[in-house]
Amino acid sequence: MNSLTIERVSKSYGAVRALDDVSFAVEAGQTVALLGHNGAGKTTLIKAILGLVAFDGGMIDVMGAPPGSRAARELTAYLPENVAFHAALTGREQLGLYLRLRRQPVKLAGELLERVGLAHAADRRIGTYSKGMRQKVGLAQALIGTPRLMILDEPTSGLDPIARREFYSILAELAARGTAIMLSSHALTELEARTDRIVILSRGKVVANDTLAGLRRQAGLPTQIRIATRPGAADEVAQRLDAQGSNGRTVEFSCPPTEKIARLGQVAALGPLVDDLDVVPPSLDDIYSHFSARADQ
Amino acid sequence: MTAIVGFSSTEFRIALRNRWVIILTVTMALFALVLALAGSGPTGTVGADQLSVTVASLTGLAVYLVPLIALLVSFDAVAGEVERGTLGLTLAYPVARPAILAGKFLAHIAILAVVLLVGYGVAAAVAFRLDADSARGLSALFRLTWSSLLLGATFLGLGYLASAFSRHPATAAGLVIGLWLLLIVLYDLGMLAAIVADDGGVFTKVVFPWMLIGNPADAFRLFNLSASEATAAAAGLAGAASTIMPAQALASLVLWPLLAYGLAVWRFQRIEP
Repeated sequence: MNSLTIERVSKSYGAVRALDDVSFAVEAGQTVALLGHNGAGKTTLIKAILGLVAFDGGMIDVMGAPPGSRAARELTAYLPENVAFHAALTGREQLGLYLRLRRQPVKLAGELLERVGLAHAADRRIGTYSKGMRQKVGLAQALIGTPRLMILDEPTSGLDPIARREFYSILAELAARGTAIMLSSHALTELEARTDRIVILSRGKVVANDTLAGLRRQAGLPTQIRIATRPGAADEVAQRLDAQGSNGRTVEFSCPPTEKIARLGQVAALGPLVDDLDVVPPSLDDIYSHFSARADQ
Repeated sequence: MTAIVGFSSTEFRIALRNRWVIILTVTMALFALVLALAGSGPTGTVGADQLSVTVASLTGLAVYLVPLIALLVSFDAVAGEVERGTLGLTLAYPVARPAILAGKFLAHIAILAVVLLVGYGVAAAVAFRLDADSARGLSALFRLTWSSLLLGATFLGLGYLASAFSRHPATAAGLVIGLWLLLIVLYDLGMLAAIVADDGGVFTKVVFPWMLIGNPADAFRLFNLSASEATAAAAGLAGAASTIMPAQALASLVLWPLLAYGLAVWRFQRIEP
């Protein structure tokens, strides 16, 4: 069942088409990453899903309810981009307000702050928090009441690598319990292992919507193969593999996905000449550049 | 309801932490004290008790200070949340939009009440020390207090309106200062100039009284100075102003907060954060 369905949604600001015929869906328990340049329409789309901005055409359905309806808002959690809570309040007080708004006991604030690793700073003013700590307050409020749909706008900006990992493990827990998650991010590489599907927006249009493996196939980007040879064998290896680059002990070449297995067979046939082998598939960065460059043409 | 309580307690706490409450209370108390002491001379000559004289002076003070305080505590209410990004977040919660403004309004009117009670209380205490007969002026003081809250409520509403029209708190601050200058200072100066130019013509006799009633600050002043003989005497009220019935001024005082708050809610409903 789809938790979030977006069908042919369009929105213009004057002559600018912020969203152009956008369609995709997020199923329960799925994590979908929304990628795009600044100004590609990510934030506009998120606001349309939350019912914060009206859209011109199309349909959005949030678990059977229209966007922005009370029923939809009861089930949806949101973390805005660069949210700055009031500096004069403590983390506990700020969460207390949000707990009240969801009609949950205020005393749960401590638990939530502990879950995001802020227990030690719960009673300090948010004005004294670092950017990462503020982001954690934002995450903590999004966890209130185990939402069925989470909309996260640049959720990991300002978080250090350890906090990021913890953040994604919390998301994985929620997804395992059936929460549908849509997150937008600039940090592409960290999304690779953590999303079920990737939607790429460019100038308001969906230019790609698939699993990472599917996008790789579609893009047909070459795989990079890097070989460390025995000392002095680099030239011979380069010649036998018909490869271009060779510098001392390493041979490097790229091949289209269709030839990958055949080429690896050739490498294996070299036997003792090869010391080590790295196969580097195109990264999400490469795939993202490919799809957005294609859309720009 | 829980939402309104949540917003108002949060807002009140912020105002305490920001020292707004303490700064405004001390300012108000100092002004009131100075006025109460300065007005201690002429009681015998106008035949009013000391407290009535003090109330007349406080009315003049309140016309300037109460709108200013109300605008100072309200200008950030919407624009500040838009800029911090918390408005979009709050609106994504299952909360009715008017509940957000209602919560803030309750907190702000409570702050105003604290400031006024302390300020007027100090002035009243001085009046009682100077003149044991001051109890005669208590009803005037009571009237001044609740009508000040009505005046404050009007300017809270106007402050929210200005705030809901701005994307940044700095813009909202500029707007409310402009509003204060326009409604409190320039309006009266403009009318004065018009009366002088008119020289007792149609404007002075027909338009002017209604323009006084139409401005919430002028209505407040008229209501307080004309409602009791003692304060009227103390203020030396006469001429065109005395032709206006206190009831009409009161109607203006009651309608203005409803209008201002209603407009603020209307505008707030239309914000796309």
